[in-house]
Amino acid sequence: MPRKVLVYAEVRSGKLKSTALECLTAASTLTGGDPLNLHAIVLGEGAAAHAEELKKYGASKVYIVETPETAVYQCEPHVQAISALIAKEGYTVVIGPASPTGRDFFPRLAIRQSAGLLTEVTEVLHSGSEVRAKRPIYAGKCLAELAVQSPLALITIRPNVIAPKQNPVAGVTETFAPQFDSKAIGLKKIIEVKKGKSEKPDLTEANIIISGGRAMANAENFRILNTCADVIGATVGASRAAVDAGYAPHDMQVGQTGKTVNPSLYIACGISGSIQHLAGMRTSKVIVAINTDPDAPIFQKADYGIVADLFDAVPILEKEFGTLLNS
Amino acid sequence: MKILVFVKHVPDTETRIKMSGGASKATSLDESDFKYMVNPYDEFAIEEALALKAKINAEEIVVASLGPTRCQEAIRKALAMGADSGIWISTEGVADSSIDSSVVAAALAQVARDVNAQLILTGQKAIDDDCGHIGPMVAEFLGIPHVQVVTAIALNPSSTQAVVSREVEGGMVENYDVTLPAVLGAHKSLNQPRFPSLPGIMKAKKKPLSELTLAAVLATAGKPATATTRLVGYELPPEKQPGRIFKGKPAADMVKEVVGLLRSEAKVI
Repeated sequence: MPRKVLVYAEVRSGKLKSTALECLTAASTLTGGDPLNLHAIVLGEGAAAHAEELKKYGASKVYIVETPETAVYQCEPHVQAISALIAKEGYTVVIGPASPTGRDFFPRLAIRQSAGLLTEVTEVLHSGSEVRAKRPIYAGKCLAELAVQSPLALITIRPNVIAPKQNPVAGVTETFAPQFDSKAIGLKKIIEVKKGKSEKPDLTEANIIISGGRAMANAENFRILNTCADVIGATVGASRAAVDAGYAPHDMQVGQTGKTVNPSLYIACGISGSIQHLAGMRTSKVIVAINTDPDAPIFQKADYGIVADLFDAVPILEKEFGTLLNS
Repeated sequence: MKILVFVKHVPDTETRIKMSGGASKATSLDESDFKYMVNPYDEFAIEEALALKAKINAEEIVVASLGPTRCQEAIRKALAMGADSGIWISTEGVADSSIDSSVVAAALAQVARDVNAQLILTGQKAIDDDCGHIGPMVAEFLGIPHVQVVTAIALNPSSTQAVVSREVEGGMVENYDVTLPAVLGAHKSLNQPRFPSLPGIMKAKKKPLSELTLAAVLATAGKPATATTRLVGYELPPEKQPGRIFKGKPAADMVKEVVGLLRSEAKVI
């Protein structure tokens, strides 16, 4: 039985996230290929600008919420708006990204709607009438397949796993202005949003990552990773050892107690490859390791290992990437 | 005021995952070699509770954990770090299939009501299932706000409001003014958890640790909690092919070769 699916299309700093398109593609497993079963919701200032892009990926109806309550992301107005739309349209599945935003409000939405929630999903399945999904557990050492037992199923998709596929439909755009309960919203007020320094994608959504470990030796040396990263549009990460030594801020940490990343290409520079680091990057599609120690555990996980000093190798890497991309 | 901290007993990071029966797929895991520890994010929550208690002269830190008998070890560790009392919600004899995160949250929310906690702290997620459901779900059951991925907490003098920082992405930070009670999900940069001292460990043995059953707690909550999700099965991820290691040549030659392979073979650039 096909499902009627709502995709939560996330916008950050005025940009539609690629996870919105990934979610639409993932949803097609459940809709039975009928575009009428696939809608999207965009909240926030300037949300309407993204409607056409969502239709290119299969959304037949795009709901736009541009209210003062949703101008910047806040959990409670998101839960209220999506709950109101579920009541109006009778969706049986809501899919969003397992981003900091999705992970923030989906659990609340699940309880309010008495719905089962599957988080950080890497594959959406439809088995008979049941919504199922696979998700990594134990830091990617194991996959669990789970089924939702409630009438409404909620799913958050791990970014960068499902390749978006275009599927243009002639959809409609509709403004949605739900009634908000201001009392619940008033319990938590956003007072400030401090932008990060980087314009690059977050580590969790990056396609290419270059990470530095303890061997970087100081914060200044991260400059060589930054300039190399700029050449190929990579985001720079760090191991816990580098973060704890003060070479890099914590929001750059990859691994347990840091970020779980899933890029196409992960380049580990001067990282030995502790189990805690591997926990955060082992699902990278291709891993390159550069380390002076041929016995470093990272080499057991690397697709390509280079036994060399990173300070010799990284500048050459930058030059070679530049040559390749300009050829 | 009372501070309540939820802790989870999780398999150690080094734990090797094996399927029951040694196959590549199964409906249960072979847990015989599992070693357990306190979820690392929950240690930040415990530490923050201790720091806040010292600062505002809080009445008591209560630590609660839900799970089998072994999860009392997680409570004892929190008590050894300095928490005052513990509550263990036993799941002994309860089928795994009747527990999911919404059931756990319903039970922990009831504990929060019984304790009358003004502040609830927990890790922003557990490293075993990587869900991060409990904090927001408990807050929703209680009708109070939550903040996830918390990197700083400042309480006002009367402990009725808190200014809380949340790490979002790409270095972006959101600051919130939150009305208490609230549930806050601790993140790494919040603090540096202390190690339990030897006297702390000795004292912890004498601190009160009460035992409740999941069924009793859910009955008090007055809502039949039914699992909304169900495990179908586990499988091991596909084994990765061994990679190619380049060594003993000038760095320039090796890097050039690998960059070439990234395009021609791996096709990632």
